[in-house]
Order: sequence, then structure tokens, then C-alpha cells
Amino acid sequence: MAHWVDVCSVDDLQPNSGVCALIEGQQVAIFYMPKEKTVYALNNYDPFGNANVLSRGLIGDIKGQPVVASPLYKQHFNLQTGACLEDETVTIPAYDIRIENGRVKVSINAE
Amino acid sequence: MSAKQVLIVIGNGMVGQSFLASLVDSGLNDHYKIVTFCEEPRAAYDRVHLSSFFSGKTAQDLSLAEPDFFEKNGITIYIGDKAARIDRDNKTVTSSKGVAIQYDKLVIATGSYPFVPPVPGHDRKNCLVYRTIEDLEAMTVAAKTGKVGTVVGGGLLGLEAAKALKDLGLETHVVEFAPRLMAVQLDDAGGAMLRHKIEQLGVLVHTGKNTSIITDGEQCVNKMCFADGEELETDIVLFSAGIRPRDDIARDCGLEIGPRGGIAINNQCLTSDSDIYAIGECALWNGMIYGLVAPGYAMARTVAADLAGNEASFTGADMSTKLKLMGVDVASIGDAHAKTQGALVYTYQNGASEVYKRLVVSQNKKQLLGAVLVGDASGYGTLLQYCLNGIELPENPDALILPPRSDESVGLGPDALPNSAQICSCYDVTKGAICQAIEAGSTTLGSLKEKTKASTGCGGCAPLLKAVMNCELAKHGYVVNTDICEHFAYTRQDLYNLIMVEQIKTFDELLENHGKGKGCEICKPTVGSILASYWNEYILEKEHIGLQDTNDTFLANMQKDGTYSIVPRITGGEINPDMLIALGQVGKKYKLYTKITGGQRVDMFGARVDQLPHIWKELIAAGFESGHAYGKSLRTVKSCVGSTWCRYGIDDSVGLAVELENRYKGLRSPHKLKFAVSGCTRECAEAQGKDVGVIATETGWNLYVCGNGGMKPRHADLFATSLDKETLIKYIDRFLMFYVRTADRLQRTAVWMENMEGGLDYLKAVIIEDKLGLCEQLEQQMQYVIDTYHCEWKTTIEDESKLKRFRHFINSDKADDNVVFVEERGQIRPADEEERKHFKIVEVA
Ligand SMILES: Cc1cc2nc3c(=O)[nH]c(=O)nc-3n(C[C@H](O)[C@H](O)[C@H](O)COP(=O)(O)OP(=O)(O)OC[C@H]3O[C@@H](n4cnc5c(N)ncnc54)[C@H](O)[C@@H]3O)c2cc1C
Ligand code: SF4
Ligand code: SF4
Repeated sequence: MAHWVDVCSVDDLQPNSGVCALIEGQQVAIFYMPKEKTVYALNNYDPFGNANVLSRGLIGDIKGQPVVASPLYKQHFNLQTGACLEDETVTIPAYDIRIENGRVKVSINAE
Repeated sequence: MSAKQVLIVIGNGMVGQSFLASLVDSGLNDHYKIVTFCEEPRAAYDRVHLSSFFSGKTAQDLSLAEPDFFEKNGITIYIGDKAARIDRDNKTVTSSKGVAIQYDKLVIATGSYPFVPPVPGHDRKNCLVYRTIEDLEAMTVAAKTGKVGTVVGGGLLGLEAAKALKDLGLETHVVEFAPRLMAVQLDDAGGAMLRHKIEQLGVLVHTGKNTSIITDGEQCVNKMCFADGEELETDIVLFSAGIRPRDDIARDCGLEIGPRGGIAINNQCLTSDSDIYAIGECALWNGMIYGLVAPGYAMARTVAADLAGNEASFTGADMSTKLKLMGVDVASIGDAHAKTQGALVYTYQNGASEVYKRLVVSQNKKQLLGAVLVGDASGYGTLLQYCLNGIELPENPDALILPPRSDESVGLGPDALPNSAQICSCYDVTKGAICQAIEAGSTTLGSLKEKTKASTGCGGCAPLLKAVMNCELAKHGYVVNTDICEHFAYTRQDLYNLIMVEQIKTFDELLENHGKGKGCEICKPTVGSILASYWNEYILEKEHIGLQDTNDTFLANMQKDGTYSIVPRITGGEINPDMLIALGQVGKKYKLYTKITGGQRVDMFGARVDQLPHIWKELIAAGFESGHAYGKSLRTVKSCVGSTWCRYGIDDSVGLAVELENRYKGLRSPHKLKFAVSGCTRECAEAQGKDVGVIATETGWNLYVCGNGGMKPRHADLFATSLDKETLIKYIDRFLMFYVRTADRLQRTAVWMENMEGGLDYLKAVIIEDKLGLCEQLEQQMQYVIDTYHCEWKTTIEDESKLKRFRHFINSDKADDNVVFVEERGQIRPADEEERKHFKIVEVA
């Protein structure tokens, strides 16, 4: 069963950019694209740079895939799946996320 | 092969060095033990660009051999040791310092020396020549005390030397024996046009003058007396009356010498001794001495091939030349004097625009035999190709020199050239070689130059090189993709123009009208930067914040562990003790690691994102401003202490640096910009390694541009001299804005200029002569940016809503537990992975 955690209000998000939330001890990067009315959640840890920085990366799309670029060494991660575009052996955790009545909810231990 | 054979090369000049490089390229250094004698106090340097010594190039910049070239390739070089004697019976060369070495093969590359006419007084004080770096140093010294300089000889080299005298600030004269300038290359009318132009530039020309004696002057050090009774007072006499081959060493050992000098060689460059070759300006082939470097290079390649057992022969070389003499284009091709039997001549002369052109064609009007161009040499590349490759001329050959009356260009398309066509004559690069390099992935002018060396000699072939490149790229369907990314099918310059013309203010608007998709980390910061350069709005406005790189978003520099460093502005590196103490207090309070930067500021490391606004509040209260170290923008204006304190100082370098830094602070640009100002030519601020460098001289400020440190250092080019402050600032305004407008993303000024067609000369034409009519606009745009400057940190801490972003977690006040510091040399540093694991365990337990 998915377990949804109430994180913050949509107004706390940064349009076209990311923020980081602490959810059950995990650092979660949350990205918000207001034009598409979409939110994405990935683990905040950059496995190449070994630092918690992905929420501070630039977002956009590459060949139609929504991505974030690491601010340290610029690898791209798919915002939906967490797959790294430059190195197919690397995938970072991606989490379910939704907006309900203006609140942002994340489920970090979906099976 | 058992024991290595010994190969001796006498002379390490341009040709000698090129020969060594050819040997190494073909692996012959494995077969021969190579020894070279180098008379000069340094290994080979670029004599062709010798004059650039006066525009700031150093002996090191001009060097042709990498410092480790000799050692790496097992070549022994005796620097500052002249070969004194060749003993052909014992096959031994003995040097003036007494080194004696036996050879199996010997190559003589001793070059030539400047001919000094034996007039009485030719060896008086300040009577100089123009051939080596030492000669130039002697000129510089003589010019310090002199006011008048005279060049004897109005040939190519003489005029180049005259320019040098002029640049040294002397009243300059040229004295020529022949009735016209550049008698070898030009006809009477061409010579007259050139003379007129050069006189307009303030050089006094005296033709048909025969110097009979040089004696004591009254106002000057020397006085030249001419056969016609006239006299000329001058401090410096610079002889440039032709060259003579250095054939003594060959003469002394009985090798065959031409009747008027020169070591006679055959098509393999062999002398009358089958173990001795001669190459370069000391060699006489078919009765000819070639005073240019390209034929020497061709000889060097021939000998290298011959030694490798490959068939090769030197069969003469083209003597066509194109150059800019004091800003005047001059070119001469092939049989310029129409000496070929039956040759026909077409002449075009335009007195108003001071252009003279002459074509020499074969009797049947099908072949181009030669040409002379003065004032406009743009047709050089095309004409040379017609001439060298025997391409059939169009029906009306004169169309090639008449100004185009319609848009239609009569130029020879690069497509019409055979692969064997020589594009760059300095380095003998053929069209085929260029095509190969393009196929191997060199698709920009800059990388083609680097790979093939084409256009890195005299530069005359640059337009043709570009034409060949464009044509090849198009043909290969290699559409050169200059699109900035998949979201915009435009270059950065296109985007700048779109934003300017349509007055676009946001990324979304630009994307909607001209792009597709959502954008990415390439186009977003690029557009963010252009918008900031053009509109200069606060970069953290809601519409702009998502465009900024993380450094810009948090107005600080992210380090490897995700913490930030902070660099407040310290204009010109000038800081009073109170401010210094304030910095120390902030550093101490927040336990930051502090380090002095190369740009004369203080960098404070290890700040967490949530600490940034607190730290800045204190810094601003103490009087600091953002240093923009995080942005692609002006970083620092480094300065030396200058005339205020330094006993050598000529002007107030700190004052100017502070003024420049305050003027341009905050300007967003395609890449970072670094400046420096030195108070005298001792150059303690290293201004010649910066994008913009300024050096004080007795006569005003000298401006240097497009220098670079970093990964690929580049010496800056002298852009303008003896400027007053107002003009200096005007030029810098224009230069910066032109760069901001036209450079690619992340392109430093050095690369920007190297890729610019026309290079430095073009840039000067745009900035100084206002060739594009842009200068007023550029200055206005700069003024707008200056007027709308604001400190981004001040704006940020005054706006509560902006501060929301400066927390690690949106839903917690905790800090990032992955950030761990340990101590080293009394300060913090990020823990490495091992230390971090250890630390965490300890903390949990
Ligand atoms: C100011 C200037 C501008 C020029 N511009 C151009 C141009 O635009 N285009 C062009 O094509 N050419 C130009 N030239 C000519 C070009 O520099 C020469 O053609 C070229 O340098 C010839 O090379 P080289 O090796 O034969 O002679 P050099 O470069 O003179 O080298 C000969 C070397 O041998 C040394 N040497 C002599 N005797 C001995 C000995 N016995 N033992 C040891 N060493 C010895 C000399 O000291 C010297 O270092 C220019 C020359 C000058 C001076
Ligand atoms: S560059 Fe000149 S003025 Fe400046 S510190 Fe050095 S010697 Fe003094
Ligand atoms: S030189 Fe390299 S290691 Fe040093 S600061 Fe620059 S990028 Fe970092």
C-alpha cells in the first residue's frame, strides 16, 4: 500500500525549478513545472558528485524526456524514472508524487 | 641498423627547425643521432612575426620549438655555439666553442644576413639591422633616446621595419635607392599608390636616393648625406637593403658557391658534396635565393623525404606574397612585371578609393601569369589559385579586378579548386589536407587552424580557408549545426538579436515564439544571461530564476560537497583594514575556510545554503557588495600598486582598476571576464594574460585584449596605444558589448577573436574605426547596463520572499547531514568519503 506523506503547500515549490524536502529521513528533490501542472520527485543525492544537490539543478527536457541536470558535473536524470541519460547502469530513486487540494504529497516507500 | 648514423644540422632557424620537425614526423630520429648547432642564444623562433615583438609578444611566444622538443626526441642542441668549420675529408664539424663531431650526413641551414651597404659611417652608433630578437632589443633601446628613425630600403622588410619605428613613436623616414617602393614586387603605378598611402600615414618616403656617407648630426645622433647633395638628420639608421646568404662555412670547405653567393644545390637540395645538403635562405637553387620561409620549408621536406629513401625533389617555389603594410593591403602574384613573352596587361586604377590592380595574362587570355594589388587585396586568394593551378580564366579576365557592378561575385568558388590546390602557402596546406581535417572532425575555423596550421603564418589565406571549410561542410551534408541546443535552432548571437529586435523579456516568450520543448541546462542559462546583459533585470525574479545555473540561483559558488563559497567584491584589490577585519570576523563567526584568490580577493568556503543570507547581511552591513564570482560576468580588475607607491610607476593603476571595476561590475557576459591594470611596462598585474589588460606608458594607456590564462593560455594582443582615459573607456565599452552580442555561449574573448574572420584587424576596424556603424549603439547599451546596476545580494536580503529558497529543506530546519568537515592546517575542509563514513558512525554511536 502506498503511504502518502504530506510535505508542503504548492506555493512552497519553486516554479520551473526544484526544492528539497526531508521525508522520513530521506532527502527528496521536488521539481515543479507549473505550465504543465506537473511535479516530480527524485532522491536528492547525486551519485556522481556524492553530494545532496539535485534539487538545485536546472530542469528541462532532452528528446522529450523531462530531466534534471546535476549542478556539479551536469549528468542528466529522467525526472519520472531516475535513470541517468549518460550512464545506463545508474538509476537513482524516483518517488510517486501528487498534488491534492493545493498540498504536495509524496510516497517514498512504494513497492 | 646497428650503430646510429650521425646527422648534423648547422643553424636552428625557421627552416632548420622545420627540418627537425619533419625528421621527427617521419621517425628518422630513431635512425639518426641528430645534433644541431644554434648560433643564437635561443632555439628557433618565428622570424616572420618578429615585428609582433613590438606589440607585446615575448621571445617565448615566438618560439617555434616546444621547450622539451629536443630532449623528448633525442636531439642534441648546442645553443649559443656556432659551427665554425667543416672538414669534409674527416667528415667533421667543429664549433667555435671547440665541440667536434663526426657526421654521416650534414645539413646546412644557416639562413642569411642583412646586407649593409659599405657606405662610410655604416657602423656608427645606432646604425642597426632588423633580423633577430637582439636587433629588436637594440632598436628599443635606441628609440628611448631618439626622435627620428630612418629605414634604408623600401622593400617588404623595410616597410615593416618602418612601421616598427613608427610604433616606437619616432618620426619615420624611408630611403630607397630605386625610383619606387617595393621595386621587386610592384610596378611603377602600384609603387606610387603605395607611396601615397604610406605618406598619408605620416611616414616620409625618399626614393631615388643614394646614401654616400653617414656622419655626426647636429640635432640627431646621425646625419645621412645623399649623392644628390641632400641631407637627412636621424637618430637611428636601420638597414634593410636586402639579404645575403650565409655561405662562408660552405665556401671555406670548398663546396660550390654561386657567382653572387649562395650554396649551390640540386633538386634534392644536395650540394656539390653528396653527403651535404643546404636548405633555406643560404641555398641557391637554379640561380635563385628564396627570401621567404615557405620555399625553405619545401626544401626541408624534400631533404627529410630523401633521407627516408622516398623520392622527392624541390622544383622551385611560388614567390607570391600578400601582406598588410601599415594597414595598406599589398599583394603580388607570379610574373607581376609581365616579363613573359606576349603577356597582356589589364590595369584598374581608382584614384578616389586608392585602389590599384593589375593582371598579367597569357597571350591567348586563358592563363593568369601574374597580378599586382594595392589598396584592396581581397581578390588575392582567387587570383593565386588561377595562377598556381592553371585554371582557365573567364572570358573577360578584367572582370576579376573590376569592382562588381552587381551582387554576382566573380570569385572562384572553392569547389572549382582541385584537391592539390595549395590554400596556405606558408605551411603548404592543400585543399585536400583541409578536407581531411574536416572529415576528422575539425569543423570550426579555430580547430582547423590548430590541426592543419593553415592560416597561422601570414594569415593571407584566412578568407579562402573559411570558404573551403563552409563549402566542404555543406557538401558533406555535415550541416554545421550551430544550433545552441535541441530547443532553439539558433546560435547565441541569433538569440541575442531576436531578443533585441523583438524586445523579448522572458524565456517563455522566446521559447513560445522561436523554440520548442521545455528548454534545458544549455539554453536556459544562455537566454538568462542574454536577458540579463540586455535588460539587466534582477536575475532572481520569478520569470528568470529557473534559468539560472545553481551558482547564480544562490548567488554563490557551489563546491564539491554542495556547500558554497562567497567572494565579496574588493575593487581593484584595494581594501582598508576595517573591511579586512570585518571579513575576518564573518569568516570566523561562520567557521569558513578562507583563501586569497588569484584575482586579489578573499574567498570564503564551506557556507551552507541556509547560512548565505545571514553571512551576506553582515557583509553588506560592513559595506561589501556582491563580487559576482558566481556569474558569467566581470570578475576582477587586478592591479599593481602603481605610481602612488611604486617607484617605477607611471600612472595610477589602482585608481583606474577601481574605476573600471565599478563601471563594469555586474555585466553579464557569454563567459567570465577578467581585467588587469599595470602601472608601468614591468607589468606586475599580468594584464597581458587577461580579457582586457591596460598598461600605463609615458604617452598614455596601452590597451590589450583577448588574453587568457587557464587551460589554454593566450597572450593578449595590443589593441591600441597611448590612449587618454576617456578613449580607453570608450574602446572597452564597445569591445565588451560587441563581445556580449556576438560571442558563442561559454566562449572566452580569446577563442571568440580567434574564430572571428579577420581576427584582430577586423575587431579594430569595428571598435576603433566603427566599420559597422555600431559604436554608438554599443556605448548606449553599456551605459544602460551601468545605470541599472544593483547589488544582487542587497536586493535579495531585502526581499523576504526570495529568502525562502535559502534553506536546505522546504519542510524542516535541519541541515544537510552529508556535509561534514574535518580540520586541516588550522581550517575546515570537506571530509573525504572514508572520513565521512567514520564520522557518521561515531556520531550515531
Ligand atoms: C622582420 C622579418 C619579416 C619577415 N617576414 C616574412 C614574411 O612575411 N613571409 C616570409 O615568407 N618570410 C618572411 N621573412 C623571411 C623569413 O624569416 C626567412 O625566410 C626565414 O627565416 C628563413 O629561414 P632560415 O632557417 O633559412 O634562416 P634563419 O631563420 O635566419 O635561420 C638561420 C639560423 O642559423 C644560424 N646560423 C647561421 N650560421 C650558423 C653557424 N655557422 N652555426 C650555427 N648557427 C648558424 C643563424 O644564427 C640563424 O639562427 C621575414 C624576415 C624578417 C627578418
Ligand atoms: S607594474 Fe610597474 S608600477 Fe606596477 S608595481 Fe610593477 S613596477 Fe610598479
Ligand atoms: S584549477 Fe582546477 S582544481 Fe583549481 S580551482 Fe580551477 S577548476 Fe578547480
